[in-house]
Amino acid sequence: MQANHVDGLYWCKKWLTNTFTQTCAVRPSRHSTSTHSTSATGYNMLTDHEKELIAKIWDKMIPVASDIGAECLLRMMTTFPGTKTYFAHLDIRPRSPHLRSHGKKIVLAIAECSKDISSMMVTLAPLQTLHVYKLRIDPCNFKLLCHCILVTLAAHMGDEFDPVAHAAMDKYLSAFAAVLAEKYR
Amino acid sequence: MVGWTDFERATIQSIFSKMNYDDVGPAALSRCLVVYPWTQRYFGNFGNLYNAAAIQGNPMVAAHGKTVLHGLDRAVKNMDDIKATYAELSVLHSEKLRVDPDNFRLLADCLTIVVAARMGAAFTADVQGAFQKFLAVVVSSLGKQYH
Repeated sequence: MQANHVDGLYWCKKWLTNTFTQTCAVRPSRHSTSTHSTSATGYNMLTDHEKELIAKIWDKMIPVASDIGAECLLRMMTTFPGTKTYFAHLDIRPRSPHLRSHGKKIVLAIAECSKDISSMMVTLAPLQTLHVYKLRIDPCNFKLLCHCILVTLAAHMGDEFDPVAHAAMDKYLSAFAAVLAEKYR
Repeated sequence: MVGWTDFERATIQSIFSKMNYDDVGPAALSRCLVVYPWTQRYFGNFGNLYNAAAIQGNPMVAAHGKTVLHGLDRAVKNMDDIKATYAELSVLHSEKLRVDPDNFRLLADCLTIVVAARMGAAFTADVQGAFQKFLAVVVSSLGKQYH
């Protein structure tokens, strides 16, 4: 429906304006505390326990990477229609092979990185280059996908995705997104 | 005025009619206080918010979570004029409570995740889209009277 499409864009723009401020406002602390392990990136926001929790969750997602990845992308494009503009070259209907293979790439990259969060800057260097020079996705969209990843995890894990796991995962995904965007300018 | 499709209206009514307010309200607010700890600044007199367990077990947080969730009932019943419905509450949050309006979005995100966890696979992409559009309108309306 025409009215709904316009509404969708309007609300997406409002969401984008607000979320980019949030992404900029949250900076990782550079002060090391006894409960936080120092990482090569200087991101000390994750405790060792949180890193283990994150790695465990993503390890379970690897065998179902296509399903999970496709679901995250579909949720993002449905809730935030402006994000569809980056997928004009793909078939993004539910269950399409494009959506599944693209979703799988994203989930596997996030899962791989979660195995050694301290080396994030090194692991993500090729993806940084890809996003800066080729994809050039506006970084405010990373936050939208991160949110939809959290929703997907919640829908699959139920109560197991408790507030502590949610907080840890949110911090990890924010750091991941920040590293991806670091070379933009 | 916001345009709602039949699917969106039906989805919102369905979610809220089936919702267990005593469970979801406390879960959403406590999750917000854990995941975004700076939101605790508004709850200085709520007692022990020292860690996640304390927050989730805090009776004042639970009670307030229910209050806030029931606050959404007005919007559910008046989907065609949410802005006017929340004009008074917006003034309250701005002038008296002095809540940064960005916090409404943070709580809305946590509520979405709690609902997703409760509904599981039934919380499809389309259902999520409708739910988040509804919450975006609520969040915007609550921020409207700030100046």
